[in-house]
Amino acid sequence: MEKRIKITINGDTTEVPQGTSILDAARQSGVIIPTLCYHKDLCVAGNCRVCVIEIAGQKRLAAACATPCEDGMEVLTNTLKVRNARKHIIELLLSEHNAECTSCYRNGNCELQKLASDYKIMTQDFLDLIPFKNYTIDNFSPSIIKDDSKCIRCQRCVRTCAELQSVNALTMSYKGEHARITTFFEKSMNEVVCTNCGQCVNHCPTGALTERNYIEEVWSALSDKTKFVIVQTAPAVRVGLGEELGFDPGERVTGKMVAALKRLGFYAVMDTDFTADLTIMEEGTELLSRLKGVLVDKRQDIKLPMATSCSPGWIKFIEHLYPNFLGHLSSCKSPQQMFGALVKTYYAKSKKIDPSKIVSVSIMPCTAKKFEAARPEMNDSGYRDVDYVLTTRELAIMIKQAGIDFLKLPDMHFDRLMGESTGAGVIFGATGGVMEAALRTAYELVTGRDVPFENLNITPVRGMEGVKEASITIENPLKDWAFLDGVQLKCAVAHGLTNAKFIMDALKEGKADYHFVEFMACPGGCLGGGGQPIPTNPEIRKKRALAIYAEDSGMPLRKSHQNPEIVKIYKDFLGKPLGEKSHKLLHTTYIKRTNF
Amino acid sequence: MEPIKDLIKRLADRYGRERSSLLPILQGVVEQEKYLSEYSMTEIARELNLPAADVFGTATFYSFLENEKMGRYIIRLCKTITCSMKGENQILLTIQDLLKIKVGETTPDGNFSLLQTNCLGFCHKAPAMLINKEVYNELTPEKVREILTSYINSNGGGKENVNNTSS
Amino acid sequence: MSTTHLLKRADFIFKSDNDWKDVLKKSLSRKANELINELISSELKGRGGAGFPTGLKWKITSEIDSDEKYVICNADEGEPGTFKDREILSRVPFKVLTAIAVCGHVTKAKKGFIYLRGEYFFLKEGLEKAILEFETFCKTIGFDFSISIFMGSGAYICGEETALFESMEGKRGEPRNKPPFPSSCGYLNKPTVINNVETLAHTYTIFKYGAKRFYDLGVQFSRGTKLFSVSGDTPKPGIYELELGMSLADFVEEFGDDDTKAVQVGGASGFLVPRKRFAETTIGFQGRLVGISLPTGGSMMLFNSSRSMFNVLDNYLNFFAEESCGQCTPCRVGCQQLLRGIKAVKRGEKNAGYLDKLLKLAETMTYTAKCGLGQSVANSFSSIVENFREEMIY
Repeated sequence: MEKRIKITINGDTTEVPQGTSILDAARQSGVIIPTLCYHKDLCVAGNCRVCVIEIAGQKRLAAACATPCEDGMEVLTNTLKVRNARKHIIELLLSEHNAECTSCYRNGNCELQKLASDYKIMTQDFLDLIPFKNYTIDNFSPSIIKDDSKCIRCQRCVRTCAELQSVNALTMSYKGEHARITTFFEKSMNEVVCTNCGQCVNHCPTGALTERNYIEEVWSALSDKTKFVIVQTAPAVRVGLGEELGFDPGERVTGKMVAALKRLGFYAVMDTDFTADLTIMEEGTELLSRLKGVLVDKRQDIKLPMATSCSPGWIKFIEHLYPNFLGHLSSCKSPQQMFGALVKTYYAKSKKIDPSKIVSVSIMPCTAKKFEAARPEMNDSGYRDVDYVLTTRELAIMIKQAGIDFLKLPDMHFDRLMGESTGAGVIFGATGGVMEAALRTAYELVTGRDVPFENLNITPVRGMEGVKEASITIENPLKDWAFLDGVQLKCAVAHGLTNAKFIMDALKEGKADYHFVEFMACPGGCLGGGGQPIPTNPEIRKKRALAIYAEDSGMPLRKSHQNPEIVKIYKDFLGKPLGEKSHKLLHTTYIKRTNF
Repeated sequence: MEPIKDLIKRLADRYGRERSSLLPILQGVVEQEKYLSEYSMTEIARELNLPAADVFGTATFYSFLENEKMGRYIIRLCKTITCSMKGENQILLTIQDLLKIKVGETTPDGNFSLLQTNCLGFCHKAPAMLINKEVYNELTPEKVREILTSYINSNGGGKENVNNTSS
Repeated sequence: MSTTHLLKRADFIFKSDNDWKDVLKKSLSRKANELINELISSELKGRGGAGFPTGLKWKITSEIDSDEKYVICNADEGEPGTFKDREILSRVPFKVLTAIAVCGHVTKAKKGFIYLRGEYFFLKEGLEKAILEFETFCKTIGFDFSISIFMGSGAYICGEETALFESMEGKRGEPRNKPPFPSSCGYLNKPTVINNVETLAHTYTIFKYGAKRFYDLGVQFSRGTKLFSVSGDTPKPGIYELELGMSLADFVEEFGDDDTKAVQVGGASGFLVPRKRFAETTIGFQGRLVGISLPTGGSMMLFNSSRSMFNVLDNYLNFFAEESCGQCTPCRVGCQQLLRGIKAVKRGEKNAGYLDKLLKLAETMTYTAKCGLGQSVANSFSSIVENFREEMIY
């Protein structure tokens, strides 16, 4: 039995389990203590000192996030001493902060700004320290901009990159007045092990880390009458976009999103879920071909487990840190890139549009996709396959700039040719979704039957546990797949790069006997991506996941191979999965990168 | 001089390959090389299976673990109040005059770097300075000239101790 | 508080350590409880500046059940004006080693460390020799205990106990949140006793002569003797072992002269006492800091009338701004604000009233900083600004 203790907060007694922090106990008691360096996803730091409170009998104030309750403790959160101290802390932060809020990307959604506003810091008593600093801005990465002048040294990004993602691209360096957050030898984010996953951006309380935005470039393209600006939207966007536009977390805004995009002036609004379905066809076939290669032909050069390859953050992760295991990656491009390659070939051909006039835009929950679109090899269409990637946040900004009243929009449908999708495509947005989609198709391909799960919901791969495992035994397969009879197909799902590391380290030691592993760089999968609305936390991500699965169960078609547009594209254009055209347009290669 | 890669391996064999072995290894490399280059840090990171950024962040915390190229002899002059009261400024001027460098700089021949440091623990015999690991105290401009000249002359690893350490 | 207590010198610390083998054997033959009670009744308090009761510290750690425990000697002496630990380690190292080992016996720790600041590298060889001799002897008497030296690399903050642990663990020396405290969660998150060099040397005295001998010296709340590192404008710079409880006036009588304008007690993180307050200031511990009795690491820097208190404060603030670990807002930014603030007032860019704002800021730093460094900046800041205000302005 967990020991329970009583403490009083501002005179009200409350009972909590022993070990609870004063911050959590206060919340239970209806008292919200402001914080900055604290984040639900991360370990406690206790360095910003914003959450200081008074404990009766102690002269010094204590940090509520870092101090455990003790039986009989009397906590006071709103005394003059506390408020004056807190005001000083905020003023100190502002004095070394580039507080030009009007020109800041996080204007309106900045935690420091909110604190300054709540406490009505209307004058700056202290000296402005900015002139004495050599603040730098690193904007060399196509995905992330790091602006030291806005950093409050809360180290949330460092903890995120270390604990949550095990990438460790960022560190606190130097000390004293020179203490700052840097990369290895203060190189540009672009030159180090940064995977562009953008979790640091999601967890940064201010504008110190933001995505590189391409809003003006897209506006420019949209107003160019000679261009056909075509947009694709990722599955996770439709369950996150609402949060930026007046909806609660977990509300699906698919129809409104399409309507908004049409109003913005895109020539065609199509769906990445379509190419998600396509990915399943290609990747499913690839998996089966690898299984045959290993189980029947006993080939040494074919690697199992096969790893999914739709998460560019994960791809850069393995390229930097496990470069000897690239053979495990599926050669399939991500749905975004498949779409990009097809829009300037298949789509252009069908609609008789000059592909050089197409501007291919994608709306993604992801910052790494910006890097992915810019990878040199992503031009199999003969042009840059994806020209601009906008995050969910950037789309919301454009919608607001255009004066679109999002709440009043009607629901509209995606455009034809590459806008049809199944439930299997939409679940790509959640951790476990790719695996589930792949199993729904592969199992039926091999046995002629539905996966043995009620309503096709493969629940073992769903949910927020870091590493999930599932296995399906193949019984009575179709003749062509006889070699799989009795084979227990072992699958694993990892989300967040720390869990990816866990599996890769196991693989290194020969302890990962899976056939197929889904890797997602971001916690929760794409729905928790670096480009999704801020803030992020476990509750919000759970709600977005429920929305994704609700969207899936509400769709008429739930298996990728049933998608009529998929059937059509193979019939009219690609031929067959892993065929020659597929290889040219839909598959890719990877490179080894440095480990710093 | 041992190649850095071998040096690091030897240090890791001696101190271990845990995180807690990091500081002695960094110190060992600085002892030979006088500073930590990018290469040194990535090698240490590889040998200890640590992220390179972590090695950098840890090294830059400590004032004696330089990450820019330093001279063969690093002069660290104490600038805390008692040394300052007892004429540290004169000493600084003397050194600057003799070596023709300012604080933070290294002589063109790569022999001397001039830095300032905080309390060395010789306040009763101020002013004091370190040259690499040797302490010199009760400094006067004349004494400093003597000390530095002896380093310059002996140039083959000179550690002439003119009035050294413990009281 | 006493105005009649005269300066009493003592000579325990630097008395030869030749009898260490006997003291060690005798102590190891005694029960842990006995030794702890001896320390508690001696009322020995930490001599590094924080003044925590040593006996209690050893007691708490000894009562915790753990497979691994550690004893660490904090030799990261970096407080400006302090140089006593260096002397102890170079002249009577066996006292320190013995004390570490006895602490190991009391707490059941098998491993001891000396965290030696990088600037004291020249002591390393001598210490290693002593440790070899010590460990060899321990083996012959069947006492399983080893001691290693861990070198610092130039970071004053690593003298803070949790920052020291972080440093030993190969990380940046950023202090941890407390609770938990080192007694239960220290080096490698194991129960650890961490004591200053001088504190350990005093435990040697106590184990050798018994608690009463120590207790009989000094005054109430401040028993025993302390080493004082005296420097600055004094004809007698050096290290002196004196009974605690003396008045600063008596001290200046001995070590200063009529021209002594102020004394900085306890280094940059201590207090500046102006001449007019010498008589009412005692050097010792008195439970809580009340401004009259000052706990101290023993640094005593004397300033005569030729010294500018502005320069002194500027020097301290520069020191803190550089040596702060930088993680917490009040210290990282506060030190910079105080430093630049006094410069601005001096240059006339801010008016004199700004000093009062800075005093309030310093107070906030005391209440909100994460560790002793940030919490102590106000000590010298307030005492200098309040007592020498004109020197800040003109």
